[in-house]
Amino acid sequence: MRSRAQAWTLTVGFLALALVPVAAALTHQPFYLDLFRRMMIFAIAAVSLDLILGFGGMVSFGHAAYLGIGAYAVAIPAFYGIESGLVQWTLAMALAGLAALVIGAVSLRTSGVSFIMITLAFAQMLYYLGISINAWGADDGMRLARRSAFGPVDLANPYVFYYVVLGLLVVLLALGHRLIHARFGVVISAARSNEPRMRAIGFATFRYKLAAFVIAGAVGGLAGALLTNQTEYLTPSYMHWTRSGDIMVMVILGGMGTLFGPVLGAIVFLLLEDLLSAWTVHWQVVLGPLLVLVVLYARSGLYGLLPGGTHRG
Amino acid sequence: MAEPLLSVRGLRKRFGGLVATDGVDLDVVEGETLAIIGPNGAGKTTLIGQLAGSVRPDAGTIRFGGADVTALSDSARSHRGLARSFQVTSIFRDLTALDNVALAVQAHDGHSFRFWRPARGEAALREPARAALVRVGLGERADVPAGTLAHGEQRQLEIAMALATRPRLLLLDEPVAGMGVEESQRMVGLLRELRGSHTLVLVEHDMDVVFALADRIAVLVYGRVIASGAPEAIRLDPEVRRAYLGEEVTQR
Repeated sequence: MRSRAQAWTLTVGFLALALVPVAAALTHQPFYLDLFRRMMIFAIAAVSLDLILGFGGMVSFGHAAYLGIGAYAVAIPAFYGIESGLVQWTLAMALAGLAALVIGAVSLRTSGVSFIMITLAFAQMLYYLGISINAWGADDGMRLARRSAFGPVDLANPYVFYYVVLGLLVVLLALGHRLIHARFGVVISAARSNEPRMRAIGFATFRYKLAAFVIAGAVGGLAGALLTNQTEYLTPSYMHWTRSGDIMVMVILGGMGTLFGPVLGAIVFLLLEDLLSAWTVHWQVVLGPLLVLVVLYARSGLYGLLPGGTHRG
Repeated sequence: MAEPLLSVRGLRKRFGGLVATDGVDLDVVEGETLAIIGPNGAGKTTLIGQLAGSVRPDAGTIRFGGADVTALSDSARSHRGLARSFQVTSIFRDLTALDNVALAVQAHDGHSFRFWRPARGEAALREPARAALVRVGLGERADVPAGTLAHGEQRQLEIAMALATRPRLLLLDEPVAGMGVEESQRMVGLLRELRGSHTLVLVEHDMDVVFALADRIAVLVYGRVIASGAPEAIRLDPEVRRAYLGEEVTQR
């Protein structure tokens, strides 16, 4: 029953997302197309973080690093005239995954606060690297001359770009759903709840956690590639630690370990930012208490309040 | 004589100033049941941890099944056939009893880099897990969340998880700890059945349990084995009586 309710919730949710461009066109408010595309891009980042944070219990405070790498992997080739989206996005995922492999191999040897701090430190290192490279815009960043090219699929068309992002989000969630219920996902979740037990029954947990870390990093890289296409701009601030914090807040707000919840988290977070920042730059004054309420009273986040939302994945 | 299944030499571990194991020598022959007894703080749990691989010894060697496993991790030793239960019940509380045991089966069914097929639908995991639950008497409780099982049942579940790894040797850290009389009797009955088919090493405080199960007893005091032998010999050993047993044995 619960899963049927969940199916309804998801159907309604994704139908609504699919209709955003129609509504935006009818109301002549192209801004909403932009906003919702941005939400879905951050949703991709938040879902990838949820894989390691919510399911794996790895509190990575450096997820923005992978976004940044993905963004650079699009902007730098574009700067040198390589505009193929296939090349750029593949590079984005591969490099972000590689970075996650290195960062994970070091930080997964620790746990708790040390783990949080090491992942944060790695992300900040990359951030400072970004602001120090003058050839690629340094502090100011640089403009992306043209969005990634995919033959006839023209991302410069905002509607096409919107549906590409939506499609990627749906594919990601479908793959994620398979993954968390397959043997791999079962291992990741169980290692969160009782790692000594997992090792005692014969799981070399480290390699599974590292693999999850790499997958999350690669998907984070894809989100970065999308983000730099979205803004048509590259800036090292994509890697700033506050960005990692934002993504983490999206996951917690939406519901850790729920797979779909972070999508809702990203939407609510950016919606609040958009609505409230019109009145005040201190819009997080509202976000803060909301987050506290969610953490205290909604174990599965906002998603858990929806019909069927307590279903894990 | 053939090489013992488990052979420990000069095992040493200190935590800061505290010497937990101080040159332990121990042999376990295939098929026997060895009970390790000793007062609180004698280093029994540390010894189990070192045998299982979760605690790294400072010195000494552990040979198991004819190979040196001293440098192997706990998960690698599990694949050599060492299984353990924990002193403080260690299960996956949110998962059902069957899910718990299925994980143990999965750990020994190739790698788990499988991303597509739902694990809960795999008969290759569910069937052996169900069999292990039935064996420990939890067949009826398969679909109950492990966290809501009674204490004694959770201890039985631990045994089922260990059995599901098809071990050559079971390390049991206080299997009847915290149990009532009835639960404890059920556990002893279960362990008595396992004795016939498995090699057991158990750490236990309850002397009734020890004398009911052990073929041999090793007495650990201050991280050293001060005596080892048949239960009757240990019961009568003056050094053991002085160091530890005394009262509890004369009560019998």
